[in-house]
Amino acid sequence: MENLTTQMAGVPLNHYIYLCAIIFTIGVIGVLTRRNAIVIFMSVELMLNAVNLLLTAFSVHSNDPSGQVFVFFIMALAAAEVAVGLAIIVMVYRNTKSIDINVLNRLKW
Amino acid sequence: MSTQVFYFVATLSIIFSLMVIFAKNPIHSVLYLILTFFTFTVHYVLLNAQFLAVVNFIVYMGAIMVLFLFVLMLLNLNNETEPSKSPLIKIVGVIAGCCLVVTLVGSFKAASINSPLILKNQGLGLVENLGKELFGPFLLPFELSSLLLLAAMVGAVLLSKKDEVEA
Repeated sequence: MENLTTQMAGVPLNHYIYLCAIIFTIGVIGVLTRRNAIVIFMSVELMLNAVNLLLTAFSVHSNDPSGQVFVFFIMALAAAEVAVGLAIIVMVYRNTKSIDINVLNRLKW
Repeated sequence: MSTQVFYFVATLSIIFSLMVIFAKNPIHSVLYLILTFFTFTVHYVLLNAQFLAVVNFIVYMGAIMVLFLFVLMLLNLNNETEPSKSPLIKIVGVIAGCCLVVTLVGSFKAASINSPLILKNQGLGLVENLGKELFGPFLLPFELSSLLLLAAMVGAVLLSKKDEVEA
């Protein structure tokens, strides 16, 4: 483990930024193109994880543990959000017999 | 050698996350999402953030993904019930996403942060170091997050409880 991480010096920081930008964008595309509420939720999780990885990379880059503490808080927040969100989706399914988000279009007005 | 590990795992993350949003069956989406999170755990290990690697493994892959799978199984969703948007909206969404990634990558290229990532302190991401940080300056947010989790638990139970017939 120690040897593995000491050899990590070669990866430039901007490659981490590009990777996280691409994965965040994949999450955005998922939210834009899918209609299944649960898949949209999973795309949001993907975006959260991209941000987590970038925070960790910056934390290692600037040698500051606060970044990793923030990631820990984001994970706790994501767990709470998933629990409430899935409960709402189950309620929507129980009332409309569908998880198509277009059923909820009356929320727009 | 280890930089090649990073590029290999990064490619895998991108492929699996693409599969998440393009898989027709929501069950397959969840399974690909688990694989994506596994590659993220490998990224954390490569950054020597061992505490985050373990938490990611337990919380995301263990708890959150089981919750997703459980709800999908509970609602009995499969290919037939899967709603799909018109091809036009899909194409427009993909084009919008490509515009976003081009903008992001272009602006980061202008910033040109290409200093290599060097782990200066080997013990940065270990439990000992993060525990001192978490119970020192971040004690109040840590305790507040426990309140948040309690509120979320009560809210989830209250939301998914079947309404009693009002007499």
